[in-house]
Amino acid sequence: MILWELFRTFFVIGFVSFGGGYAMIPVIEAEASQHGWMTTQQFTDVIAIAGMSPGPIATNSAILVGYSTAGIAGAIISTLGVLLPSIILVLIVATFFTKLQNYSIVQSIFYGLRPIVASLVIYAALSFALSNNLITINVSWHTVSLLFIFGLSLVLLLKFRWHPIYIIILSGLVGVALYS
Amino acid sequence: MKEVETMKEEWKVFFQLFWTFFKMGPVTFGGGYAMIPLIEKEVVEKRKWLKSEEVTDVFALSQTVPGAVAINSATFIGKRIGGVKGAVAAMLGISLPTFFIVLALGILYFFFQDNPKVEAAFLAIRASVVALIAYAAIKTGKTAITDKSTLGIMIVGVPLLFVIHPIFVILLGALTGIVCRFVKRKLGYNMELEQKNEDYKNHPDYFMGAGI
Repeated sequence: MILWELFRTFFVIGFVSFGGGYAMIPVIEAEASQHGWMTTQQFTDVIAIAGMSPGPIATNSAILVGYSTAGIAGAIISTLGVLLPSIILVLIVATFFTKLQNYSIVQSIFYGLRPIVASLVIYAALSFALSNNLITINVSWHTVSLLFIFGLSLVLLLKFRWHPIYIIILSGLVGVALYS
Repeated sequence: MKEVETMKEEWKVFFQLFWTFFKMGPVTFGGGYAMIPLIEKEVVEKRKWLKSEEVTDVFALSQTVPGAVAINSATFIGKRIGGVKGAVAAMLGISLPTFFIVLALGILYFFFQDNPKVEAAFLAIRASVVALIAYAAIKTGKTAITDKSTLGIMIVGVPLLFVIHPIFVILLGALTGIVCRFVKRKLGYNMELEQKNEDYKNHPDYFMGAGI
């Protein structure tokens, strides 16, 4: 049953979803492609929509993967799946601790988790660059134009602190002008 | 009669919590640190549910639980104020607006994705998405790398992800953290556990680094 499969998958993802940000992209992508729910290109578009919407990337992608796989019911089930571990753990932690972050074991875990979260985001950038032909051996005009859009977006983010939604809208317009 | 009164009171708190976080939902992107000043303002100044120090503790605690910081903080605050029911109310409140916005955008996308203009737009958008993630990687890296060991863990993590399922890499990271600190303590090293970073207060776009 596809709904159960969606719930089960996002429930597991919810338990490792530290931060709920871009670090969860590789996890969701691995699961979505293993189940044959979507292609990497479609998944990149999902991240684009998730990134231009308010709310955490992980939850937003769960909604979109769920919707594309099993409609609105799929969206609801996937969202519940990814949120449930958080609420369960929050309730447990809130009942027993007020300053969990001061425990040595918790600090040790996060000492290792933080750099791994960074690896996950770096890996996500690399794998998206590969699957969307930004990194390729057949360099063509098309690749150069994509690299230009990539570079410009990065500068707008780093130097001018543009909001992602404006960058996505601008690049969409550039895309219509260049590729249609 | 008294039971009816407390039931009424419980539902009042339920709706107050739901509404407080529901209003916040649509104005935050990334769901991370961008929300912290907003939550503080609503919960401490307007509603006077918690004191400023208590909210600071809630934010720190929220980061130790998987899930987005904003959703976790809302749930924690909900639990403090209204028990399990309050936790559910706060979580629903903060999640529902974005759920509908994302669903609406998703429906539009899947409807129009084969339109040539939309296809062309997304060809370029995909390149920007890679830039968004690269930017997040830079921000996350900056907060995560505090010494040589964390740098090493990050560098080893990337190639590992090409061969091992990310969930195992995450668990491996947690385990490495425990072993690494144990060994370092035995050897008598000093460790920088985390950067003292109050950056999010000055830079509302800090949500990008909310991956931690």
